[in-house]
Amino acid sequence: MHELTLVEGIRTIVEDHARTQHFARVLVLRLEIGRFAGVEKQALHFAWDEGMRGSPAAGAVLEIIDLPGQAMCIDCDQVVQIDDRFDPCPLCGGERLLPQGGDEMRIKNMEVV
Amino acid sequence: MCSVCGCGDTVRVGDLDLSHADAHRFGLAHHHHGLGPAGLSVPGLTQSRLIEVETAILSKNDAIATENRHILTALGVLTLNLVSSPGSGKTTLLCKTITALGDAPLAVIEGDQQTSHDADRIRATGAPAIQINTGKGCHLDAQMVAAAINDLRPRTGSYLFIENVGNLVCPAAFDLGEDAKVAILSVTEGEDKPLKYPDMFTAASLALLTKTDLAPHCDADLSAYEANLRRVNPTIEILRLSSRTGDGMDAWLAWLRARLAAKGAT
Ligand SMILES: Nc1nc2c(ncn2[C@@H]2O[C@H](COP(=O)(O)OP(=O)(O)OP(=O)(O)O)[C@@H](O)[C@H]2O)c(=O)[nH]1
Ligand SMILES: [Mg+2]
Ligand SMILES: [Zn+2]
Ligand SMILES: [Zn+2]
Repeated sequence: MHELTLVEGIRTIVEDHARTQHFARVLVLRLEIGRFAGVEKQALHFAWDEGMRGSPAAGAVLEIIDLPGQAMCIDCDQVVQIDDRFDPCPLCGGERLLPQGGDEMRIKNMEVV
Repeated sequence: MCSVCGCGDTVRVGDLDLSHADAHRFGLAHHHHGLGPAGLSVPGLTQSRLIEVETAILSKNDAIATENRHILTALGVLTLNLVSSPGSGKTTLLCKTITALGDAPLAVIEGDQQTSHDADRIRATGAPAIQINTGKGCHLDAQMVAAAINDLRPRTGSYLFIENVGNLVCPAAFDLGEDAKVAILSVTEGEDKPLKYPDMFTAASLALLTKTDLAPHCDADLSAYEANLRRVNPTIEILRLSSRTGDGMDAWLAWLRARLAAKGAT
């Protein structure tokens, strides 16, 4: 993922909320990012200050919450939790897994004034 | 001075003095930020409040994509989002496909950062095409496609081909309202590409292994390509073809006709 693209998406949502919920400034913004979302956290932090400049979230602290990766195993027909996209099924060792969730990229909440 | 609370320019972390911006860049909560669920209380500032957002970062795009999908489905238009790395042979394949489909109604949306070369190549076949230039943007988004659909006015029961910007990363995340993503992977790119860029090949319903005429020249192992595609996406369909020799074109055309027929029936 190109992290600047994500920061632009977050900025749009922040600006919309600032208008409808009447706040001037975001102090902390919490994101939930799934393990399979392909988001490079370091790069996201790096893009953050630049991408938020001039918005209500300029200078805000970005907190990232990891969400687990889930996949459906075709071999044993179970939904399992895995850490890495290419881990085998922890139940049967099968390697044919369909990711199910774990690709989330959402804003959970923000602290605003 | 910090614009939030008026604190000084530097933030002391251990024995380091960081600029305010650096403290944020490194995600460091200093005295006026992140004071837990109770929020913060800084003299002279009103109490902060917590707003539950629970919104996907790309939700705006997704909403427009859903709208596109409604419109295209109502028209019985089969919409395919062609994704690949630059130069895998998307435009060449589209030109051959358009010629082979004869008088079947179709239209093409071309996405590139710059130039109208690809739309010009499509128009040379006689098919209507719109070029979208994304400038610095590395992918098409649903809003761009909505505008193009509005201009193109695709006919009932037609094909709509969207050639995305050549990029194996971001286009995977942006729903355009298509029926399926078709990943084009040429045999000169390397067998490990599905493993290196899993998101794109996970999102695709069909993979076209293209330029098969070149396989002997670059020691390409076609079954290794297929094994790696299935490793990231066990349900992906795979077809091998060469736009140059026409090998494998029949199976691709049959796939298209079957998908269009199924679409009309819904
Ligand atoms: N040998 C061979 N060459 C091909 C084939 N398909 C495309 N090419 C060549 O590959 C090069 C790139 O083809 P394009 O069709 O422009 O590729 P593209 O994916 O549309 O490129 P971008 O839009 O720039 O990402 C051209 O030189 C084509 O002639 C094929 O089946 N065999
Ligand atoms: Mg092209
Ligand atoms: Zn990108
Ligand atoms: Zn299993």
